[in-house]
Amino acid sequence: MSPSPPRNTPWNRIRRKSVNAIMLTLTGVCTIFAAGILVFILGYLFIHGARSLNWNFFTKLPTPVGETGGGMANAILGSAKLLLVATMVGVPIGFLGGVYLAEFGGGGFSFLVRYVTDLLNGVPSIVMGIFAFSIIVLPQKHFSTLAGGLALGIMMIPIAIRSSEEFLRNVPLALREGSMALGASKARAIWSVVIPAAKAGLITGIMLNLARVAGETAPLLFTAFGNRYWSPGWEQPTASLPVMIYTYAISPYDDWHQQAWSAGFVLLAMVLSVNIISRVILAKKGPALR
Amino acid sequence: MSAVPSAVDTRPPASSGGAAAFWKRLRAGDEIAIATTFLSAFTVILVTAVLVFELYQKSAISRHAFGWSFLTSTTWDPVAGNFGALPFIYGTLVTTALAMIVGIPLGVGAAIFLAELAPPLLSSALSFLIELLAAVPSVIIGLLGIFVMIPILQQIVPPVQDKLSWIPLFSGPFYGVSLFTAGVVLAIMILPFIISISREVILSVPNDQREGALALGATRWETTWNVVVPYARKGIAGSIFLALARAMGETMAVTMVVGNDPKIAHSLMAPGYSIAAVIANEFAEATGDLYQGALIELGLVLFGVTIIVNGAARLLVMSTEKRGSS
Amino acid sequence: MTSHVSRVLAILLAVGCASAALAQQLLINGAGATFPYPIYSKWFDEYHKKFPKISFNYQSIGSGGGIQQITAGTVDFGASDGPMNDKQIQEFKEKRGSNILHFPTVLGADVPVYNIRGVTGQLNFTPEALAGIFLGKITKWNDPAITGPNPGVNLPNAPIVVVHRSEGSGTTYCWTDYLSKISKDWETKVGRGTSVSWPVGLGGKGNEGVSGQVKQVNNTLGYVELVYAVQSKMTYGKVKNSAGEFVAASLEGVTAAAGSVKDMPADFRVSITNPPGKTAYPISTFTWLLVPDKIADPAKKKAIVDFLHWMLTTGQTMTSALDYAPLPKTVVAKEEKAIAKIM
Repeated sequence: MSPSPPRNTPWNRIRRKSVNAIMLTLTGVCTIFAAGILVFILGYLFIHGARSLNWNFFTKLPTPVGETGGGMANAILGSAKLLLVATMVGVPIGFLGGVYLAEFGGGGFSFLVRYVTDLLNGVPSIVMGIFAFSIIVLPQKHFSTLAGGLALGIMMIPIAIRSSEEFLRNVPLALREGSMALGASKARAIWSVVIPAAKAGLITGIMLNLARVAGETAPLLFTAFGNRYWSPGWEQPTASLPVMIYTYAISPYDDWHQQAWSAGFVLLAMVLSVNIISRVILAKKGPALR
Repeated sequence: MSAVPSAVDTRPPASSGGAAAFWKRLRAGDEIAIATTFLSAFTVILVTAVLVFELYQKSAISRHAFGWSFLTSTTWDPVAGNFGALPFIYGTLVTTALAMIVGIPLGVGAAIFLAELAPPLLSSALSFLIELLAAVPSVIIGLLGIFVMIPILQQIVPPVQDKLSWIPLFSGPFYGVSLFTAGVVLAIMILPFIISISREVILSVPNDQREGALALGATRWETTWNVVVPYARKGIAGSIFLALARAMGETMAVTMVVGNDPKIAHSLMAPGYSIAAVIANEFAEATGDLYQGALIELGLVLFGVTIIVNGAARLLVMSTEKRGSS
Repeated sequence: MTSHVSRVLAILLAVGCASAALAQQLLINGAGATFPYPIYSKWFDEYHKKFPKISFNYQSIGSGGGIQQITAGTVDFGASDGPMNDKQIQEFKEKRGSNILHFPTVLGADVPVYNIRGVTGQLNFTPEALAGIFLGKITKWNDPAITGPNPGVNLPNAPIVVVHRSEGSGTTYCWTDYLSKISKDWETKVGRGTSVSWPVGLGGKGNEGVSGQVKQVNNTLGYVELVYAVQSKMTYGKVKNSAGEFVAASLEGVTAAAGSVKDMPADFRVSITNPPGKTAYPISTFTWLLVPDKIADPAKKKAIVDFLHWMLTTGQTMTSALDYAPLPKTVVAKEEKAIAKIM
């Protein structure tokens, strides 16, 4: 039995209108709060980080404490390489898994996959690092970019599956049925119609994922390890921005603290640029992104 | 009537058995699509199984030494080799609960504003930036917690605490680092997930739903709360699950502000410890198989706690689904 | 989109492979203690300038991490603020089939730091006071054990807020080792270790966590590394050594503590807390490099042996500039001979 609608008395109208005004204002307050925190953090990073940013930071290798002119060029490249491996591992598996759950799934197996995905998402990053250490680094007896990338990639899978499934589900049934009515097979319908329609959300999911993983330190400590020098190829230990931030931030030296803030700022800038570039590229093809 | 030539093949489809039909479906890609996506979904289960297996194996020495009392013991003594998980389970649950209580209303509220009320340009720009918040390394959030949030809390909390200290939950001296601080920091860290995903989901609610409600005379808020949000419920719940997982597993930022004290205090203002934080703090320095085994067993325990909490959350969501419409 | 992606991938693969040409560099990996990271990175950088084809890559993942990784064979050498115990040495022998050698590199010290409103000078602490405070037996700042050695200082009638390290660290090992030596109570109740079950106190993560806590909360007492205290310009207290003198930590005091050790064992695994000597600072410690005595790769072996000799001569001259205490001459002489054990 649905409840009877509110009576249209003047008091009720006023009450509803005030509830409306209050609640909407509250949501605005929430946004101001969230945006405020965000602006504060970004601003703090900008002020502390951008201050000592110079050309050296992007081109030179780290120097010992007390020597100026050092930079984090190897960490920037290292982070880029690690994220590339992570994306190539995590996004396809996650995305395709999400497609399965949204399009072909149903019943016990899908429930299990969703549940397990949430569990995997809750594994602390340090445990993920220990895990990747046991299965890759120990047998190989050396640290490597691949091991680090794999650890990060596994961390990307749960978010990729969940967000892909979510946004694919949101595509109205009408679109799917329409394309199938025109004779497309299910696979074709998904590829040509559903996925493009969910584009905005899918990109959001991937970017959020990449952002989260880009800042992870703990999984890298035991896999990619760290490197004061350039790391050739994919089988050697490599420096990365989060690990450099961690190492420098806990040191007693102001100069290194400064570099830690700069590294944090650069990391954010990298993530932001990937975000912007990918949205621009994908906006050129197909329906407008929000 | 004579057969009319048409672009569409109107002959009845071939029967679903037979080699010809199989090749037809294969060319159309359906079987491949199902197979590859299924394998990907299965990989998740496989990876998790291997992970749990590794945790189980590597913690064997500790499991044999302590048995079930590991879950109820409150001692954590690396020198004596005596380990127990209870204080960490407590800390993890409390900080996560705090993070959810603070983060969910803030996050969903902001998502509603950004999706429904904000001009599109502002909405996109802010949402963009909020996603960026997810990229701030945990270490930096921890540092900001120490240098910015704790001093602020040290100014704000004691006066408020004076009035509320008759409640055991808020009693005791406040040193800045505490379960409460960790909960607030976690809430900030999970905001990007809740806001970004909920906003996208709310935006994709079809307009005719809103228009229908408005046409019936609902106020803007009533439309949003009673029509749009329930429609988007599943997506919002999904984002909350992601946030929950993040909160339970967060390491660096928590360990910098939680006080790292393996004791169970009845006050939120006391220092505490979480499972992820203790593993991160002590694993690199842990020497000796029993010590390492105990830490890995803690990882296993966290897994167990996550299973239970997740299960409870799902039950909660399912029960609201039965009551609500759609 | 696929053409964009494949173009980017091609470029990255090219970069990856081209830089594999750099692989003619000899890369030697080491892991361990965070305390000596600054001086090690200085040394390895200077050494690299001298020998550009050799790169020592040292990462500070913690003393325990160093011991773990050298035992697992994933790095070429380790580093630790606390010596490996017999069980760990045995484990190394079983897993790697050779012995592990300890080489002291520099000295460090822990200092007591505090924050009491109105107190700006250096306080004097007796061993009994420190043990009592950290055991939770001495709870107020105006306790006679503290006011006794500090005549004229106005110590408040306020509870002491103890701050210790939350994560495992060599700093804690040094501090608890000292407390174990000067207090039977501490030794039986708590003991020594990189991570212990503290009777009282808040935990701060890292030196910066402890110093942050101490600065932000009133009436606190904690401990940090000397290097950290000096760099952050913190006031730290004096500690009474076994000769009865109140000594403030200094590079000279720390080196004196190391030099006063009567019988340096052949494997250099020794604790130098609470040593004899008038000028010795009692809460000092060596930090060690852990090197296997059999190194398979001849190029790596030569590089490591050469580096150790360099470290004991040129390297020791660079320590004071970074506030690390150099090794006493007696220890250096003994180490030079011990390097020959590496085959």
